[in-house]
Amino acid sequence: MSEHEIDARRLLCPMPVIRTQDKIKTLEDGDLLTVTCTDPGVTSDIPAWCRIHGHEIIATLTERREIIITIRVHKNQAKAP
Amino acid sequence: MAKQRKAVSLISGGLDSMLATRVILDQGIHVEGINFFTGFCVEGHTHAIRSKDKKKEKRNNALWVAEELGIKLHIIDVIEEYKDVVLNPKHGYGQHLNPCLDCKIFMVNKAAAWAWMEENDFDFIITGEVIGQRPMSQRKATMPIIARESGADDRLLRPLCAKNLPLTLPEREGWVDRDRLFGFHGRNRTPQIELAESLGIEEYSQPAGGCCFLTDKSYASKLEDLWQSRGERDYELDDIMLLKVGRHLRPAPNYKLIISREEGENHYLTGYQHEHTTIRTVSHPGPVTIVDGAPGDDDLLFAARIAARYSQGRGGDRVTLSITPPGKDGREVTVTPLAATEVIKSWYV
Repeated sequence: MSEHEIDARRLLCPMPVIRTQDKIKTLEDGDLLTVTCTDPGVTSDIPAWCRIHGHEIIATLTERREIIITIRVHKNQAKAP
Repeated sequence: MAKQRKAVSLISGGLDSMLATRVILDQGIHVEGINFFTGFCVEGHTHAIRSKDKKKEKRNNALWVAEELGIKLHIIDVIEEYKDVVLNPKHGYGQHLNPCLDCKIFMVNKAAAWAWMEENDFDFIITGEVIGQRPMSQRKATMPIIARESGADDRLLRPLCAKNLPLTLPEREGWVDRDRLFGFHGRNRTPQIELAESLGIEEYSQPAGGCCFLTDKSYASKLEDLWQSRGERDYELDDIMLLKVGRHLRPAPNYKLIISREEGENHYLTGYQHEHTTIRTVSHPGPVTIVDGAPGDDDLLFAARIAARYSQGRGGDRVTLSITPPGKDGREVTVTPLAATEVIKSWYV
């Protein structure tokens, strides 16, 4: 298990989702990914993307104008594109 | 045991692609969705930027539709490749700068040529197109053009109007039952709404102006102005994002001002202070203004007077503002706000 980070600040949805999706393609089952964003839309979109692809949100923090979402990768689902 | 057939569905987030997908899912086909981000998509960005939209539910409709249908959705960034569609549409533009027919061909082609589709043994593509629904891209004459020029050919199935079209591969092979497809046509939405009701679909998105900024007159006018001012038809993602935000005024050919209209836009435009000269009001509450182009010193002083016009100091004699070029220290200037009558109508892009 390894930990990874993405800086998706200033990006507006769906770009943070696309960055998350593309990063997760490269990760292994059980890895943790932390995504830092500024678009409030991510609090809906990243969890929705994770639910339909079987990944798990383990924490969502809001600090000032930043939203920090931590995801546990589950790879026993169908392969991402 | 028969092979499990698989389809990729182009999911826009609207009702038609949702229905088309559901109809095929109900025939036992495994469906996964694909959604393309061109940079011109209406939803998401605008909702995220403006404070006035804070109370609106911020959701990506394509993701929401996928979750409602219980399918996976793959969102693909096509910003760079899509430039050629916008800049050189073989089939021309619609009412504004919307290259709808080329856009549909591009998207179906992207799905058909998607290596993942072949690697994962997908058999065909579905869309929510309906003959006669859209004046440019969804006509009886354009349906075969899209199938042919995208390279999808008879692997492209439109479940909502299939009965008005020739047999496709999945119908011919018996993977889907043509009798359980539909023959919708025209702009009347009643058949779709009735089908949604019969399938128990109660909530869906129906964006009034479509889902693409290129169909918007005001947005298209700003994009034309951008090309004209730069002397070339090209753009980067930041350019097309900025066209969605603020008031755009071009007082002279060599520069343009983007003036925020409220707090959410203030924050958004502040994100561009490292690339553009930024003007902020100091003595009074007011907008964040960014300057695009190559203004001279006199231009910046005049720009400050325009920015002051949109501040709470507009009724007074003097407003102090800061002018900060990217990567440099700012300077403060005190100016007389432009009078309302001095703001020329033709400046508004």
